Amino acid sequence: MPDRDDNIQLRVENIHMAFGGVAALRSVSIRVQRGEIFSIIGPNGAGKTVLLNCISGLYRPQRGRILFEDQDITPLRPYQRARLGLARSFQKIELFRGMTVLDNIRLGRHVHMHTNLLQAGVYLGPAEKEELAHRDFIEREIIDLLEITHIRNKVVGMLPYGLQKRVELARALALQPKLLLLDEPMAGLNLEEVEDMARFILDVNEEKRWRVTCVLVEHDMGVVMDISNHVAVLNFGEKIAEGTPSHVQQDERVIQAYLGEKEDLYATRR
Amino acid sequence: MQRGGNRQRAREIEITPDLTIPKVFVRAVQTYGNKVAMREKEYGIWRPLTWNEYYERVQAIALGLTELGLQRGDKVALIGDNRPEGLWAEMAVLCAGGIAVWLYQESLIDEVQFIVDHSDAKFMIVEGQEEVDKALTIKDKCPKLTRIIWDDPKGLRHYDDPALLSLEQLMERGRELAEQEPHRFNDMIKVGVGEDVALLFYTSGTTSAPKGALLTHWNMLKMGQNLMRVDPAFETDDFVSFLPFAWIGEQMMSISCGIQAGFTINFPEEPESALEDLREIAPQVMFSSARLYEQMVRGIQVKYADATWLKRKVYEWGLNVGYAIADAKFEKKPVAFPTRLQWYIADALVHRALRDHLGLARIRNAYTGGSAIGPDHFRFFHAIGVNLKQIYGQTEIAGISVLHRTDDVKLDTVGKPIPETEVKIADDGEILSKSPAVFKGYYKNPEATAKTLRDGWLHSGDSGFIDPDGHLVFFDRSKDIMILSDGRKFSPVFAESRLKFSPYIKDAWVIGHQRPYVTAVICIDYGVTGRWAESKGIAYTSYQELSQEPRVLELVRQAVERVNQGLPEVARVRRFVNLFKEFDADDDELTRTKKLRRGFLEERYRLIVEGLYSDAPEVRFETGITYEDGRTQKIDARLKIVDVEQARGQG
Repeated sequence: MPDRDDNIQLRVENIHMAFGGVAALRSVSIRVQRGEIFSIIGPNGAGKTVLLNCISGLYRPQRGRILFEDQDITPLRPYQRARLGLARSFQKIELFRGMTVLDNIRLGRHVHMHTNLLQAGVYLGPAEKEELAHRDFIEREIIDLLEITHIRNKVVGMLPYGLQKRVELARALALQPKLLLLDEPMAGLNLEEVEDMARFILDVNEEKRWRVTCVLVEHDMGVVMDISNHVAVLNFGEKIAEGTPSHVQQDERVIQAYLGEKEDLYATRR
Repeated sequence: MQRGGNRQRAREIEITPDLTIPKVFVRAVQTYGNKVAMREKEYGIWRPLTWNEYYERVQAIALGLTELGLQRGDKVALIGDNRPEGLWAEMAVLCAGGIAVWLYQESLIDEVQFIVDHSDAKFMIVEGQEEVDKALTIKDKCPKLTRIIWDDPKGLRHYDDPALLSLEQLMERGRELAEQEPHRFNDMIKVGVGEDVALLFYTSGTTSAPKGALLTHWNMLKMGQNLMRVDPAFETDDFVSFLPFAWIGEQMMSISCGIQAGFTINFPEEPESALEDLREIAPQVMFSSARLYEQMVRGIQVKYADATWLKRKVYEWGLNVGYAIADAKFEKKPVAFPTRLQWYIADALVHRALRDHLGLARIRNAYTGGSAIGPDHFRFFHAIGVNLKQIYGQTEIAGISVLHRTDDVKLDTVGKPIPETEVKIADDGEILSKSPAVFKGYYKNPEATAKTLRDGWLHSGDSGFIDPDGHLVFFDRSKDIMILSDGRKFSPVFAESRLKFSPYIKDAWVIGHQRPYVTAVICIDYGVTGRWAESKGIAYTSYQELSQEPRVLELVRQAVERVNQGLPEVARVRRFVNLFKEFDADDDELTRTKKLRRGFLEERYRLIVEGLYSDAPEVRFETGITYEDGRTQKIDARLKIVDVEQARGQG
């Protein structure tokens, strides 16, 4: 593949990540195109979340580099990457449980706030204007999109798990990311919630106002195969296949990695 | 008790035979102009819309529909949540001389298809993707349906069916036409007369396929007027529209009374947030089904159970004082001074807070209709100072014929006929009524019309009697009457509504017609019972498991036993089971207005009923469930049968 493909938004090049003697990632490379849904799958312990953590900056790989929109972001810290337009959600919910849904989402807007402490203290004038603009954005583009209007003033800790997952997506969106990293967005959801979540991801990906590239780590094969444009398969820290969902499904090594059972690819919904 | 600040009331409109809903609407626009006609909560803010803006939208839609080929007398099917667009569309259809057919938002495909096809609807005005999907699915089977108009673009980006059109585009066309022919809209309205059919309303039907009742402009206007002769509404009032438009009660308030009294109609943000939004508006008038009031009481009972000791004690005391006052009011007895004094304190400490919490802080008249509400619920609301009144009526009489009067409320009655309405009891006990609001007949169903409408009298199918005070007492639909073992008639609804006063019981189905004794099938409330179970450290994973948990069964048994104490000996529930699921309208177990469909239940749960009348300690129930997408699931449930009296030994 030519290296100067304009359409590549995220490029992970030969990264290597080891924890002590355990190599979690061995020279893994992926390319994510602008505007696509890219899924990373693999058996437990394959290194999927490690890869995601490397991209978001939580881990720093020992070798290799990560380029986001042709900028080398390998040395950047997570918050610096967030500013560039990388947002993520977590496998286990990492929200502020004692705060309301709205406050959690507002927090995600923080990188876009220009008001300083003094202005915020006075509030009137520019601070007020900015606050209102942000609130308007949150209401129109996030709360309405994700259908969480009825819980906007509820405390997060009191909500059912499925809704908390949605709030986490909402907070990630508040960053107005160019690329969204989703770590197992479907984990622990019931069938109806999974369908909702899949639709929200598609909305965020396709809706004109958003058009966010999504990279997701996911166990739910049904969802992955349905919504992804490209899939990368990891096994024991190595990428063993990459391509379109139908291509990956037929790959011998992938089938083997999933215990040699073809059906298993579809039947991993717990 | 009267609340509601400074009130202004428009002079009563004289309803002449040429008057139509659109004409009254235009009059209201001229009178109120820049006053707020409706509000919708959107993006967290209440956004007002004046009467002039309302008019402009209605005009655009009406002319747009005409452009598409809507003729006078054509039917337009409407489906969607309560939202301003729904009301504009309906008003526009009426202005263009069309007939509005409302469908329940959650109606399944078969129901939608039946109604759209049977009503000969030419257009469908729907809300969003879900409804568009339904409309597209049935389109091929309903050849008369030509266009589908939607208003919420969400999720519709890939839809390109040529039958689809957005409401925005439709209004654009209408606006162009309005510019070319500025008088067109008014001319359309002028042609209408009161005898024209305005609404084709499909009754939910506890027993058979839905029947379409034809209601005229005259029916609707007269009914609204007569209701407001009893309980005037004011232009300063607020009303919250959150029950389905396909329910006649909602039409009564939003369409008929709304344009006559000029009050503001408020639309909640989402159905899920309706109760919170209700609180923000605190309406003066409210009309709702018994379900909602039951849900409110359940909410309070749950909060009470979670409260601290002191708060519980204050609540209990305040409520007892309230009950004393309410009972005195029901019996029209004077209240002793000490009680009155206590009441002032209780009202300040407890009742006011409860009313505020429920969104009833400013309520003047709260109506309940549709199905009977239990006496316990009724007393509760009066105890906290909410003027709750029962309404009785059918779709066929535009929703209302009998109503409680303020200060003349009796627990077991539904009140007295509204003006211009006669109610009498036939020899066989059937309730007959006659008023200007009696419908024209059923659409394409002359047999049913002939059966229901005889010499201008509406045969309700309900039975009842008129008590010495002139109040009507009614026993739900005739089919809901049970003949007990001693030959006595008894209303299962009465026992059911009392059972539902327990916060743990969401639904109850009482069986006993021509049976040796009375039994019940109970659906626990998952949320409330689940929380109770958690507080007791009981682990469970599903509704089914929780419902069969021995301690939960005991909890329900105690509730049943308490209710039994207030029932005549032969009507007492002897045995019951907890069902493994809640009753659901999607499974045909309830009507869309959430009434039990007994015939269907009897058939579906035959095994359970047999078990209840055998000596078996449990009953096994196997069945398959088919989901909407065609998947099937097997259910194999073992339900424990509980003897209510067993704890006290057999005797």
